[in-house]
Amino acid sequence: MSLQATTSQTVGPFFKIGFEWLYRDNLIGEDASGERVTIQGRVFDGDGLPVPDAILEIWQANAHGKYDHPEDTQEKPLDPGFKGYGRVPTTPEGMFRFATIKPGPVPGPNGKEQAPHLVVSVFMRGLLKRLVTRMYFPADPRNASDQILNLVEPARRSTLIAKTTAGGPGILEWNVVLQGPEETVFFDLGL
Amino acid sequence: MNRFAGYRSPLPGTQPNHLHPQYVSSIKRAPGKPLVPIPYTLSEVTGPSFGGESVVAKASDLTQGHAGEPLGERIVVSGRVLDEDNRPIASTLVEIWQANAAGRYLHEVDQHRAPLDPSFTGCGRTVTDAEGCYRFVTIRPGAYPWRNHYNSWRPAHIHFSLFGPAFATRLVTQMYFPGDPLLPFDPIFNCTADEQARNRLISIFDWEATLPEHALGYTFDIILRGRDATPMGE
Repeated sequence: MSLQATTSQTVGPFFKIGFEWLYRDNLIGEDASGERVTIQGRVFDGDGLPVPDAILEIWQANAHGKYDHPEDTQEKPLDPGFKGYGRVPTTPEGMFRFATIKPGPVPGPNGKEQAPHLVVSVFMRGLLKRLVTRMYFPADPRNASDQILNLVEPARRSTLIAKTTAGGPGILEWNVVLQGPEETVFFDLGL
Repeated sequence: MNRFAGYRSPLPGTQPNHLHPQYVSSIKRAPGKPLVPIPYTLSEVTGPSFGGESVVAKASDLTQGHAGEPLGERIVVSGRVLDEDNRPIASTLVEIWQANAAGRYLHEVDQHRAPLDPSFTGCGRTVTDAEGCYRFVTIRPGAYPWRNHYNSWRPAHIHFSLFGPAFATRLVTQMYFPGDPLLPFDPIFNCTADEQARNRLISIFDWEATLPEHALGYTFDIILRGRDATPMGE
């Protein structure tokens, strides 16, 4: 018997009530290994205004490029101090910030390594279903051969790559832009 | 060939588009450019899990934990979480949030002039059992006005959030109540073109789940995306 997936509905403006217990803006547990980074940015709507009621969910591999999940059968170590999940709401100014480690590379569809990246779900009032995107790391030579990045038209790839900031090498900036010339690339996962 | 089996795409009309102009907030927030199709990778077929240890049993009873009993009609909402092949999804986190019986959320942004209830917070969570079953005790939420169009009111609903086995199966939805006269007028409920698909968001009154002298029962089953049978070509 074949069923059909339940229809998505918006999180609306009041998701904090249900989600706050699991807010997690520091993905780094005790003794997590890897290069520490802080990622900060803002979410902008079609008028260029900051979105004060968005929430991002992050999923990523550990520094070895291993996901804490049974389908990751790679012979790489799990890191007990790192689960790979983050849940970060925007502030009234539309800002978000989270601390994590740079993940190691994971295999792509063709078996070749992908460039290090985070996968990100974006929820907010006005979105009837989530948006899915990725964040890659600046100046990583593996970006040039990443199979997913190469599916994106070259002019838009920069929307998926965080930028270095004057705050130092460990602080990256990455914005989520919903519409307009700088619109972030969102992926079709058949949602 | 892709080495990773993906997840099935919906039948046409059974999921909303991002842009649904009748829902005014979508106009400035839906992406303007087409989404970029990508093959599944290990990043999308894995995802976070939250075992039973992260959720205490009392978190599934929204009528407890306060000094008094919440106002309103006590209800039991239960159901199963299944995939599209009718297989139970065990040990997955289910989060809910909702307005109180007067139609007011315990949230600083909610300015509806209806009373807050000191005995009701409106959030709950649980983890499905081995058969994919979940169960909440709560109160029936009230309808409330919003500023989408003239005299717009949201039908009574409970927000549901589920993870399932992978990043690809994450779902946030809303459960409605049978016979609600506001449903035909609600642009959020009606964002899904397929009538049968949106009607599956309406819970079913459940005599069996109704507790004598205590609470009415409603059943709401949730279906998460099924797996593609075999790894697909790119």
